[in-house]
Amino acid sequence: MSITTLNPENKKAIIKLLYQLADDDFLYAYRGSEWLGLAPHIEEDVASSSIAQDSMGHAAMFYRLLEELGEGNADDLAHARQSHERKNCILVERVNGPGSYMENAQYDWAYAVVRNYLYTTAKKVKIQSLKQSSYQPLADVAVKVDMELHYHLLHWKTWFIQLLSSTDEARARMKDAYVQVMNDFTDVFSFGKDAELIKVYNLIDTESVLKQKWIDTITPVLESVQLEIPETFDTGKLNGRNGDHTKDLQGALSILSEVYDMNPAVAW
Amino acid sequence: MCTTIQRSKEAVLQVLANVKDPEIDTVSIIDLGMVEGITIENHTVKVEILPTFVGCPALEMIRGNIVKAVNKLEGVEETTVTFINSPPWTSDRITEKGIQGLKEFGIAPPPKYMKEDGSWHVDCPYCSSTYVTLDNIFGPTACRSILYCKSCKNPFEAMKLISSTM
Repeated sequence: MSITTLNPENKKAIIKLLYQLADDDFLYAYRGSEWLGLAPHIEEDVASSSIAQDSMGHAAMFYRLLEELGEGNADDLAHARQSHERKNCILVERVNGPGSYMENAQYDWAYAVVRNYLYTTAKKVKIQSLKQSSYQPLADVAVKVDMELHYHLLHWKTWFIQLLSSTDEARARMKDAYVQVMNDFTDVFSFGKDAELIKVYNLIDTESVLKQKWIDTITPVLESVQLEIPETFDTGKLNGRNGDHTKDLQGALSILSEVYDMNPAVAW
Repeated sequence: MCTTIQRSKEAVLQVLANVKDPEIDTVSIIDLGMVEGITIENHTVKVEILPTFVGCPALEMIRGNIVKAVNKLEGVEETTVTFINSPPWTSDRITEKGIQGLKEFGIAPPPKYMKEDGSWHVDCPYCSSTYVTLDNIFGPTACRSILYCKSCKNPFEAMKLISSTM
């Protein structure tokens, strides 16, 4: 289906979904980029910032699809929207730890590894579903993203398993991070109040199907490191898909958009 | 007569063969298999390009270089470049000339296939030794990895395998 043959409701559903996908990767990429220069060793600095760059590319592509659907310029969509307009899940907006990347950063690598691994596995499940999306431009993008995700997943899975199989301290910190991340998994597979609309047009699998596929994917990995999926990880508090967010998001957006805000009219 | 020849597809292809990867001056965008379509309508040339990696910051530079080069052709008044995602770029689109160009630059061409565990192997582009170690799947650009040759003791890079079977 192309843009011109879309009925208004179908178009609305695509737009709603695209904002969620775009904002997710935008914030995920930003939090990844904050590790630049701070990662545990130099090769990791190269790897994690490369993953952040890829992910920012994915966000840019989703914003461009929104641009094609008449939502406005992709740069403006990325930078000019307020935090209550954002549709990303809570997990990706969380800070990396106390302090800022410029000074006194006390970032937790265990948290980064757990968040990145679990987010990437969830993204992989969604992207594979999007490859069958009824909206062809989105399906095409998903094919492209899926190839890059292969490397991201390989990377974070290696860290995840190795740290959980390492020293007592590493394992304890990873387990703490795991609890923290799972507590924020409430809205990762939620489409918020737009769930019904998105479902009608076969843009992506439903929330429950995606979640089950994700559980099936990670269960063997979790078992290999003696971890279990907590039963209560979907008893929600905030739902980012409906525009509910923590103050961490505002902090991220003001840094991300600092240069853009100096002069939004400048062409890059 | 002359303008017709200048505006032929072949002429455009010839020009594009001189548009290099901004970071690897031994390979062109044709060698890399990035050029998917060329359409000529009157005095306008439309070029369709497949990005190797979605977030590649060199894309805008490549766009500029294509426009500059094609606009020099006689009879061409406007050149537009569109980045498209279908078909997806895969590393097997790199031509034989591209493979030679990469090696010349000290970059191992992408491996042809992936092992069952998702890993892959390349030989050293300098000495062809197979005794290499993968230092980092990620490298200085999105499309490259960092390796080390145990035989000739050179660090080197490899183009990542990108395939639709991944």
